[in-house]
Amino acid sequence: MPIYSEKVMEHFMNPRNVGEIENPDGVGEVGNPVCGDMMTFYIKVKDNRLADVKFKTFGCGAAIAVSSMVSEMAMGKTLDEARKITPKLVAEELEGLPKNKFHCSNLGAQALNKAIDNYLKKTGKRGKK
Amino acid sequence: MRKVYLDHVATTPLLPEVREAMLPYLGELFGNPSCLHDWGDAAREALEKAREQVAQLLGASADEIIFTGSGTESNNFAVKGLALAQQDKGKHIIVSAIEHFSVLHSAKTLQKMGFELDEVPVDKFGVVDPREVQKRIRKDTVLVAIMHANGEVGTIEPIPEIARITREHKIPFHTDAVASAGAIPVNVKELGVDALSLAGNQFYGPKGVGALYVRQGVRIMPLLDGGVQEGGRRAGTENVPAIVGLGKAAEIAKKAMASRVNKLSHLRDRLLGELPQKIDHVVITGHPENRLPGSASFCVEFIEGESMLMLLNSQGVAVTSGSACTSRALKASHVLIAMGLSHEIAQGSVLFTFGIDNSEEDVDYVLEVMPPIVERLRQMSPLYAKFAKASKRR
Repeated sequence: MPIYSEKVMEHFMNPRNVGEIENPDGVGEVGNPVCGDMMTFYIKVKDNRLADVKFKTFGCGAAIAVSSMVSEMAMGKTLDEARKITPKLVAEELEGLPKNKFHCSNLGAQALNKAIDNYLKKTGKRGKK
Repeated sequence: MRKVYLDHVATTPLLPEVREAMLPYLGELFGNPSCLHDWGDAAREALEKAREQVAQLLGASADEIIFTGSGTESNNFAVKGLALAQQDKGKHIIVSAIEHFSVLHSAKTLQKMGFELDEVPVDKFGVVDPREVQKRIRKDTVLVAIMHANGEVGTIEPIPEIARITREHKIPFHTDAVASAGAIPVNVKELGVDALSLAGNQFYGPKGVGALYVRQGVRIMPLLDGGVQEGGRRAGTENVPAIVGLGKAAEIAKKAMASRVNKLSHLRDRLLGELPQKIDHVVITGHPENRLPGSASFCVEFIEGESMLMLLNSQGVAVTSGSACTSRALKASHVLIAMGLSHEIAQGSVLFTFGIDNSEEDVDYVLEVMPPIVERLRQMSPLYAKFAKASKRR
């Protein structure tokens, strides 16, 4: 039995929104190579909405699928809506993650949040934490 | 799609001749070797033939061979059994930092029971320096356990040199030969060891069977108490079909060894030589020459092993990795870390292990599918992006 769901495999094999944004409005980086996974999210904001979301990820199949899923879930959402994306919701959308990988690979929502924080700090706005 | 199995370190396929030899013992020859009737006699005869076959492979005598349920059991048995049998003499044991977990964790269990444990470091190729063993020997040392070859990086250890030291101090010396027995010449007399572990599924025999060589006159405490099977050293009705398979696999390995070594070393050397030419920033792990014939191990920088493994699998290629993400415990391979590699580099571990059914075309195929996989993951990697920016600035 494969350890990953079909949905995880599909996102891993065909990840959405891979890359960097030139002159992004916000950047969020989480993880480090020692624990295995590293994710960087880039966002472009227009009228309080995520006009573009891109990511780069160093990590296992789950980490790549999580990043892809978060980028897809966040695209076009308002900043407040995007903040409501939690690791649990991401795992549900991916039809489950292996138990032992839930915490280490499921960093996408955190990286996205950090990118939003970074945007708000840069623009002097203070968003809800 | 082409299917290329390059994970022989995990397990080898069962040879058809071995399966044939086993089948009667899964059928009409079902007897228990401990019994005194015809059924028992037939099973016992098969058991003793297999013992002779394994002894022949190792240059041992048959009564020095104990059958077990796996390489892991053999290692547990050796480490715990030898140390516990000698504990009246002392409670100090020495193992290398790159042992298989079945040795390392057995040693840690002994530590919890009051033994003192010394770990011998390795150099950047994964080689144990015999002087480092010598330095750690004390009056109360009752066991030295250093593996013959490391399955993860292929490195072969200087066992005869270490054995000279342990013999001089009259300390029992065990070597884990699970990765090497049946693959390269393993002769207990030439190695000079007191105990040696092997496993059937590492050389085209069945899973669930192993053996432990214990030199005549060396005391060992049984792990399993019960009947007097295996000379009273390992109780429990023997797994006759698997043991017959192990024996047959040992007999074939002895005969075919030279040609297998030739074939596998050639495939290994091609991959070790050509992969770093096709992909930048690839490190060969383990000893460049003194390594197992079928083992080609690398770390690919800026990417992670599990995602490499999965993309290779999607192209029909089976490999393994020592990355943290690949292990169930989510820890980077202790072998790579002991060799001084950073966690970041160890994350990019990928291990190709060849077997007798592999061909030149399999190497060609890997060399064809691997570079685009690495490129694809690097395009996704923030570490690679940082590296690229930094080298542009330079």
